[in-house]
Amino acid sequence: MSEVVKTSAPVSEGAHIAHPHEQAHEHHHETFVSKYIFSMDHKTIGKQFLITGIVWAIIGGLFSVLFRLQLGYPEESFPILETFFGEWAKGGQIQPEFYYGLVTIHGTVLVFFVLTAGLSGTFANLLIPLQVGARDMASPFLNMLSYWFFFLAGVVMLSSIFVHTGPASGGWTMYPPLSALRQAGDGQKLGADLWLISMSLFIISSLLGGLNYIATILNMRTKGMSMTRLPLPIWAMFFTAVLGVLSFPVLLSGAILLLCDRNLGTSFYLSDIVVNGEILPNEGGSAILYQHLFWFLGHPEVYIILLPAMGMVSEILSVNSRKPIFGYMAMLGSLFAICILAFLVWAHHMFVTGLNPFLGSVFVLLTLLIAVPSAIKVFNWITTIWRGNIRFTPATLFAIGFVSLFISGGLTGIFLGNSTIDIHLHDTMFVVAHFHIVMGVASFFGMFAGVYHWFPKMFGRYLNNTMAYMHFWVTMIGSYLIFWPMHYQGLAGVPRRYLDKRGWVSFNDFADLDKMITVVSIVVFAAQLLFVFNFFYSIFKGRKVRTANPWGANTLEWTTPIRPGHGNWEGDIPEVHRWPYDYGKDGREFIPQTEPVSAQETKSH
Amino acid sequence: MDKMNMSMTNKMEQKRMHPHKFTLWVAIGSLLMMFAGLTSAFIVKSNQVNWKPVAMPLWFTASTILMLLSSGTMQLALKSFRERVMRNYRLWMWVTLVLGVGFVACQWIGFQELWSNQVTFQGAGAGQFLYVIFGLHALHVIAGVIVLLVMAIRSFVGSVKSYNTIPVEIAATYWHFVDLLWIYLFVFFWVVGGGQ
Repeated sequence: MSEVVKTSAPVSEGAHIAHPHEQAHEHHHETFVSKYIFSMDHKTIGKQFLITGIVWAIIGGLFSVLFRLQLGYPEESFPILETFFGEWAKGGQIQPEFYYGLVTIHGTVLVFFVLTAGLSGTFANLLIPLQVGARDMASPFLNMLSYWFFFLAGVVMLSSIFVHTGPASGGWTMYPPLSALRQAGDGQKLGADLWLISMSLFIISSLLGGLNYIATILNMRTKGMSMTRLPLPIWAMFFTAVLGVLSFPVLLSGAILLLCDRNLGTSFYLSDIVVNGEILPNEGGSAILYQHLFWFLGHPEVYIILLPAMGMVSEILSVNSRKPIFGYMAMLGSLFAICILAFLVWAHHMFVTGLNPFLGSVFVLLTLLIAVPSAIKVFNWITTIWRGNIRFTPATLFAIGFVSLFISGGLTGIFLGNSTIDIHLHDTMFVVAHFHIVMGVASFFGMFAGVYHWFPKMFGRYLNNTMAYMHFWVTMIGSYLIFWPMHYQGLAGVPRRYLDKRGWVSFNDFADLDKMITVVSIVVFAAQLLFVFNFFYSIFKGRKVRTANPWGANTLEWTTPIRPGHGNWEGDIPEVHRWPYDYGKDGREFIPQTEPVSAQETKSH
Repeated sequence: MDKMNMSMTNKMEQKRMHPHKFTLWVAIGSLLMMFAGLTSAFIVKSNQVNWKPVAMPLWFTASTILMLLSSGTMQLALKSFRERVMRNYRLWMWVTLVLGVGFVACQWIGFQELWSNQVTFQGAGAGQFLYVIFGLHALHVIAGVIVLLVMAIRSFVGSVKSYNTIPVEIAATYWHFVDLLWIYLFVFFWVVGGGQ
């Protein structure tokens, strides 16, 4: 066991001189607090991210059910809502301010807390050291801080829901001038400040995490693990971290300026404003400036959410179709291209904000270019499972579901990427449908695939398959039933973020469709609760994992003990001799990365 | 760098940068993006109507000199540490620390002078950006001062001596970064901010 310290990291000699007692206390004396709460073990931190993410997903999902109730049944009254939310749901009907609060918190929580922290926080932490062959992250301490900053951000966000004037209600984008002015509404008071503080803490958390992910991938790979032998999830996490590290600080600068405008009376975003007859002294500010700063993060953020899902899906599809990934280098190239393009398309969110039309056309071109790497990836996923010996595990199903959703949602992106069509479609339900399918639900599918696939590694037990299949089919069919009709609504001009559309005769055709969407979203939400039940039940009561490598996979995490301790491998870290996708080669079902290449082997990678 | 004692056998080990050092470089890239965001916001806004330039007080020139000096003393501290002359190391750490505090003090007095010259949060112009950008930079200097303080105290206490140069090298790199960042911001406000 003393190996753990000896080979733990390329620590220089001095560090050992400094801590002569380290060896003695590294493994034992692990109290409950140091093992489960302030843990520096990347696996435990990953689980912390996942479980916190699940809690936030329940809150964010529940909020969507609440505002779907309003959208589906605007005339109905639900007394139970008043019981829980008091004056925010007076007479059992969701009040306008509360509706905006619900939409804002739903978006913020799901985009940042669930699909950024819960997804890449979980799997980057769990998989990077295990798959590159490292004892832990480059800096376990920063890694722990990363989780606790996230936790703190969550506490601040949660407390904003209990503020008397309500949570932030400026939408997840928090556009000024409304979000910069307290007078603009109840949700722009304390709730908005708490939102900004929470997001700042969250940004610090992601930066600390991202630094670690990059340093670990580039610096702590085991012997033989060249960059082109890395499993694809690691490449995806790498590009995700690069995107985060370069774009989140820009959002931070935008948030700081907004906080100044709100609290110090500066005019970064404000100019010539009259609120309720009162003329404000602010001059010379530009609200568009905030949009630039926001979307410079906001667009890469889409890929921060999506890339980890893409990486895990690539791995899961290859493992479970017992075939090598098709086009490994093409997968890398397309990840790289997406990463670069992600920084060059942010203004396609601003086509109708008065952007110079010529500039708009440049952004149209760059936006549509993303179709090329995306198509390469889709092609490669399909050719990977093509004529494969597919094992339809829940993880595989969710991975295939991801590909399906990514295609459907990606196609509508071609509509929205055109600045002229955007004049009609912007701010309609079409946009809502597009990004929910391609970014929201698709990434959730990637996340579920990852959870089902790596749950045995995380907890040494399996999830229940029956519940998993029910979860998959309800979610798969339900997602299409919820979001597909929204495209029609959007094409007909139904705006997003509207509380009650009964006043518009032209939208009255959609009342029944809205009811259907609401009912299905309640069913889908219930299916997610089934997953949550399965998750927690299986941690304690699930079927035990008996073999170290239950899926017959090649990657390094399956060479660790079934329940690995801090340090991951009991002896030396294994050496890597080949790429991770030698499936169905030379008549063998799979060849782990740790197996040396024999002389007779056919040459492949 | 310690490439001088690189032999053929440990070439592979030496080629990889220490992960903590590497992490710092990535963090520097990240911080640069934040300040790039702020200074490009400055440029975008400076083209708008009612833009008022800001005249920088002499205090910022004084703080620049202190900052440059502190980079030199930090380098001397690192050199002393490498040569294991702990007395000099401590001395130079304290000098750097004092210069860092002096820098922040100069910034603060400079802010006050600006404020009394009617450069406030009212209206529009370069002044508001100056407070935010210089303020954020000063926060990073203060963070560096705290790190130096911890390291300086650490070199006095404890029964076991550490000759591991990595922490000192990381602190030095960070300090030089904060220095160079300040030079960039200073020149930026002179040139683009119309600072005369």
